[in-house]
Amino acid sequence: MKSVLPVLTIVAAILFVWVLAVIPMNMHLTADQAQRDGLVVSPETPAERQDHSGLGLSLRNPSLLGLTFVQERPRLPSPHQVAVEMWDTIVMKKITSKRSLVYHGWVTLSATLLGFAIGTGLGILLAVGIVYNRAMDMSVMPWAIASQTIPILALAPMIIVMLGAIGIQGLLPKAIISAYLSFFPVVVGMVKGLRSPDGMQLDLLRTYHASPAQGFWKLRLPASVPYLFASLKIGISASLVGAIVAELPTGARAGFGARMLVGDQYGQPLVTWAALFAAAITAAALVGLFSLLERLTLRRMGMVRA
Amino acid sequence: MTWVAIIGALAIWAVGWFINTRLANGPKSDARLVGLLVPIIFGLTLLLMWEWLVRMLEVNAVILPPPSAIGVRFVSELPRLWADFEQTIIKGAMTGYLFGAVAAFAVAILADRSDFLTRGILPVGGFMAALPIVGTAPIFVKWLGSGWESKAAVVGVMVFFPILVNTVAGLRDTTAMQRDLMRTYGAGYWPSLFKLRLPAAMPFIFNGLKIATTLALIGAIVAEFFGSPTVGMGFRISTSVGQLALDMVWAEIVVAAIAGSTLYGLMAWIEGRVTFWHPSQRK
Repeated sequence: MKSVLPVLTIVAAILFVWVLAVIPMNMHLTADQAQRDGLVVSPETPAERQDHSGLGLSLRNPSLLGLTFVQERPRLPSPHQVAVEMWDTIVMKKITSKRSLVYHGWVTLSATLLGFAIGTGLGILLAVGIVYNRAMDMSVMPWAIASQTIPILALAPMIIVMLGAIGIQGLLPKAIISAYLSFFPVVVGMVKGLRSPDGMQLDLLRTYHASPAQGFWKLRLPASVPYLFASLKIGISASLVGAIVAELPTGARAGFGARMLVGDQYGQPLVTWAALFAAAITAAALVGLFSLLERLTLRRMGMVRA
Repeated sequence: MTWVAIIGALAIWAVGWFINTRLANGPKSDARLVGLLVPIIFGLTLLLMWEWLVRMLEVNAVILPPPSAIGVRFVSELPRLWADFEQTIIKGAMTGYLFGAVAAFAVAILADRSDFLTRGILPVGGFMAALPIVGTAPIFVKWLGSGWESKAAVVGVMVFFPILVNTVAGLRDTTAMQRDLMRTYGAGYWPSLFKLRLPAAMPFIFNGLKIATTLALIGAIVAEFFGSPTVGMGFRISTSVGQLALDMVWAEIVVAAIAGSTLYGLMAWIEGRVTFWHPSQRK
């Protein structure tokens, strides 16, 4: 609790810098608009204004400062504009509307969750295989680790086209990219977790005459839970990024990525910014959800939070 | 025909798996050479199966080109791949990585002087590091144009937070005993920063730097999907996908994979040199 004040301070500082940055970023736009509306602007022609920086122009036209915050198509929207746009598209629109961010969010989220479930499931299975089979360990593990240094996301457009060519469209291609991104962190984390019981604990089970299956269910699996949750938190945010990026270069019609692209192409920066923040909130909510589950599970299992 | 293809693929798998099982469970399984050989055999087995299945089942090259075609394409397009590499990795990713890392490092050192700021920056930075920052790519492309500058900016923002959080956490990783020792030596802020706390933070800093190498490549490539000059890996991937020239896409992915693992390896190598004293580096 003692970090609430510092966190708020940092957030306030970021917002403050943002608000200040709005002025020079939008000044040229604002000046052009103000002139069209008949206000006096110095210097008088747009060409001359191009020679000035946004900051210089702001200093010469202090009367226009307020207008920089209410531009319809700002280069940098002010925080309240983004907030209003988000309120409009999340709360005020019907969920079924094509402009509702809840609708687009669900499109992205469903692909994320499906992919995350697939990736996590396969990842845990592979990790069990790696821990119990030495050949598998030596063959697969170096590749699993190396694959984390590779920008897998670059594969996204190709996977979509590949699957499209054999007739798979819609949710599944995005889910596969999400699955792919969450797969490797889970494998690496689970292998670490399943191997975390030390020699003493394994020996204890041997003195109990426990079978390998009992060793797995009663010792290795429970011991791996803290590692699993650490991986899940990385995996879920990677899945979300994967689903968003999968929507970007492929002309998707719906989803956060599609909204960002629409805002970009049709000159509606507020749409882009609102989608961006909605995606950020979704990511934060997912990670927060898993942190909560982590704490509840570990407390229930009697483990101190690692 | 289909049956021949599948049985052949299974046979390739069986041979590869047999060799690996023998090697892994054999008497020399702890030897360094075997540790290298086993994953290589595994990779070759997969490549052979891929080649065999694509050829026998006559899979359309628009869906999945065989590895040999990708290899041929890679060699014949080497100049173009090099140009793309230069544009995306060296100009976009590396510049952004450098600026992002230096900025994160500077902020961390400044913030470290105040316990209040540190307690604020750690959660906020950790939160930001989990966000889909790649999404800011269209915004930066709009602000800075489609040249490499906008890519460097996206990369800079993406790598900033992981490096910042790790550096801040690392600078706090000294024990009271160690700090007291420095005080008994009469060391002030700067000597104890350079001689105690920075060295102690190095494992953390390199952890951040290593995470950031992959992020840098992702940022630079994905940002090019939003607009770029007619050169660059992201540009080539998106246009080649459009032309259904999938062997070219795969060739770019090979370049990305090589670049990614080289950068990571480079960072790991420097880490080994700098933090040779750390328990994790002991052989």
